[in-house]
Amino acid sequence: MNETLKQFSSSTISKALLKQIEQKAGVYKEKFGREPALMEVCGSHTMAVAKTGVKKLLAGKVKLISGPGCPVCVTDQKSIDAMIQLAESDDRIICTFGDMVRVPGTTRALIDAKTDGKDVRVVYSPSDAVEIAKENPEKQVVFLGIGFETTIPVLAVALKKADDEMVKNFSMWVTTKLVEPILRKLLNEGDVLVDALLLPGHVSIVLGKHHYQYLVDEYRVPGVICGFEPVELLSGIYKSIELLLNESPEIINSHQHVVRDEGNRQAQLMIDQYFQGCDEAWRGIGVIENSGLDIRDKYIHLNAKSRFDIKAGEPKRTKCRCGEIIRGLIPPEECNLFAKACTPINPVGPCMVSSEGSCAASYQFLREE
Amino acid sequence: MVEKISLAHGDGGELAHQLIQDVFITTFGHHDQAKLDAAILHIPQEKLTISTDSFVIKPTFFRGGNIGKLAICGTVNDIAVSGATPLYITVAFILEEGFSIRQLKEIVFSMAEEAKKANVQIVSGDTKVVERGSTDGIFINTTGIGVVKTEEMLPRKIDEQDVVIISGTIGDHGVSILSARGELGLVTELNSDCASLNDLTREVLNVSSRVKMMRDPTRGGVATTLVEICEDFNVTIEINEDTLPVKEEVEGACDILGFDPLYLANEGKLLIIVAQEDEGKVLAALRKFDIGREATTIGHVSEVKTNGRLFLKMLLGSRRRLNRLAGMQLPRIC
Amino acid sequence: MCVGVPAKIIKVDEYSAVVDVMGSKMTVGIIFIPEVKLDDYVIVHAGQAMSIVDEEYAKASIEEWRKMVNERDA
Repeated sequence: MNETLKQFSSSTISKALLKQIEQKAGVYKEKFGREPALMEVCGSHTMAVAKTGVKKLLAGKVKLISGPGCPVCVTDQKSIDAMIQLAESDDRIICTFGDMVRVPGTTRALIDAKTDGKDVRVVYSPSDAVEIAKENPEKQVVFLGIGFETTIPVLAVALKKADDEMVKNFSMWVTTKLVEPILRKLLNEGDVLVDALLLPGHVSIVLGKHHYQYLVDEYRVPGVICGFEPVELLSGIYKSIELLLNESPEIINSHQHVVRDEGNRQAQLMIDQYFQGCDEAWRGIGVIENSGLDIRDKYIHLNAKSRFDIKAGEPKRTKCRCGEIIRGLIPPEECNLFAKACTPINPVGPCMVSSEGSCAASYQFLREE
Repeated sequence: MVEKISLAHGDGGELAHQLIQDVFITTFGHHDQAKLDAAILHIPQEKLTISTDSFVIKPTFFRGGNIGKLAICGTVNDIAVSGATPLYITVAFILEEGFSIRQLKEIVFSMAEEAKKANVQIVSGDTKVVERGSTDGIFINTTGIGVVKTEEMLPRKIDEQDVVIISGTIGDHGVSILSARGELGLVTELNSDCASLNDLTREVLNVSSRVKMMRDPTRGGVATTLVEICEDFNVTIEINEDTLPVKEEVEGACDILGFDPLYLANEGKLLIIVAQEDEGKVLAALRKFDIGREATTIGHVSEVKTNGRLFLKMLLGSRRRLNRLAGMQLPRIC
Repeated sequence: MCVGVPAKIIKVDEYSAVVDVMGSKMTVGIIFIPEVKLDDYVIVHAGQAMSIVDEEYAKASIEEWRKMVNERDA
């Protein structure tokens, strides 16, 4: 198996694919008078196309637009401030994914709170936070639950564990986002020209291929579900252009070895048991109705929002253009702060520090200066 | 003898005397020097190199070493990569009240062992004990003194087409420590690469007079060390993704956690910039040693007298710039 | 994680399993893939195994692209 999977990063196949894509993109340009515009919905795709060099190699031939798929980046500043405020107490332990630690809040970041002696811990899995709660019964342990559909079932597992084992000092601060509402919003508004979508390899594990049929039925936009290795990315791009040339939109599952048509039923059930729909505020976009999930009322005892009285004020306004960047309206380089006032060491917005942020991807992997 | 360090071990009285006698003098074996407040050293040449470093590693014991071994190797290596031969080392301990004396003995023993291996003498030492909670078990400072022949002093002028060589696989120490901490649930049987490099540096300097620079890429990893070289010496270096030696365990751990081996710490790797014509000689010299067997060329100097930048040539043919590590590496969300 | 790291199941318990990723090991939850067996390869995200990798499909994808490369070279 390892040998098979290693081939997904084969440079021989990748280089051949690149040639094929260039040829197909040329045909597209001849036919439609411009290069095909593909949006990679997932933040890890954004990172992967930058890191492997695919984006650079296809520059001027295929337009790759970063989409709204980085969970930290799409989190509204007020929610970020609230999560940081949670840490400002000596009787709490805040557990988080690594990505959140350096995200700038209006006053400071979690890492600054940690430096100040507050107990902020990076965990790999949300369930580890429940273990930390069991080991520290005298403290309140809060997990910062952010993420899309891949992460939400994993959050549910931690909620289940805390509930089953009656861990009273554990709670979760949830601000999750769903892929469908934001894609509908982008496609309805039509501010950004997207011909086809590269659909997220791992969100799709949970949702399945059939979930995306609305893209074809309602928007006539094709999509290809693909993985993250060079060959997978390139084949996703190739198939997208092929679909565009055929002018027959459909959803292709190019990640069939891990994504099933109907998704992962167990994960869907877990989401449904512990979460209910809610309106979510998106960074630089505003509130989108039913675009996120929060803990079900039945499990309100595990909801940090009802356990703690956190009132974040109006965030400080900055010139950060994350909002436009996550909608694909501008590339990071067009933000005046990029690589000047905003760098990974001194970030202004979350896109510069998240491991899936498009600014971080551009800063680390695309800049030569 | 009591089994744990108490504040009395640091007050200069009977317990302090016992600790010094039983733990340090017997192990380090310098009975005469211990009677003086300062060591008298015999220096064969005029040019001295000196380097100091403090070690605060968590956990104190890890696969392939402990804080004591690390404290010797770290300072030996800092001296050795300057082209010098390390001769003497001083050690200073800061111990937390309650620290196990058995563990202290183990640490001191590995220091003596590593010093012997590296052919350096431990000539002066100090111990302080602080209250419980004021430190994390044990901190060690070591200072090394070495001598260097004028004609072997590094760095030398870096030229275009000079090659960049690494003495073995990268990121081993970083992943081993990450695993030993147990915080992220990762378990590996990988050893830290913690080792003294002075035999390697000596051999390399013996076979080539065209070595431009040597460094041991510790914290921040190979990428950060090379970025510093690029900036300090105004050169552009290009390294190749497909030539980087990385152990499978390290690759696996990095894949799980979203780390980059180029930025993980090494404690027993030598990075060498050498003129292209001596590449083969240097590689052969390194490969004579167990810890240099996987030595390989990873890149070259592509431009000099420029604004110093480091590039990674990627598998698919494009290149990207590598910067210093921004903050610490954190596991990604997804 | 969101990359295609193959994690091999080397021990299965009721709700968890030990996976090996090229020599690095980790305990992961298997609540989403209760059917998982020893020696299966899985995709892991934040401590939970999310999907079992289907080798036949993986081979088929690779074959598809390999063929394309060969045709081009022929």
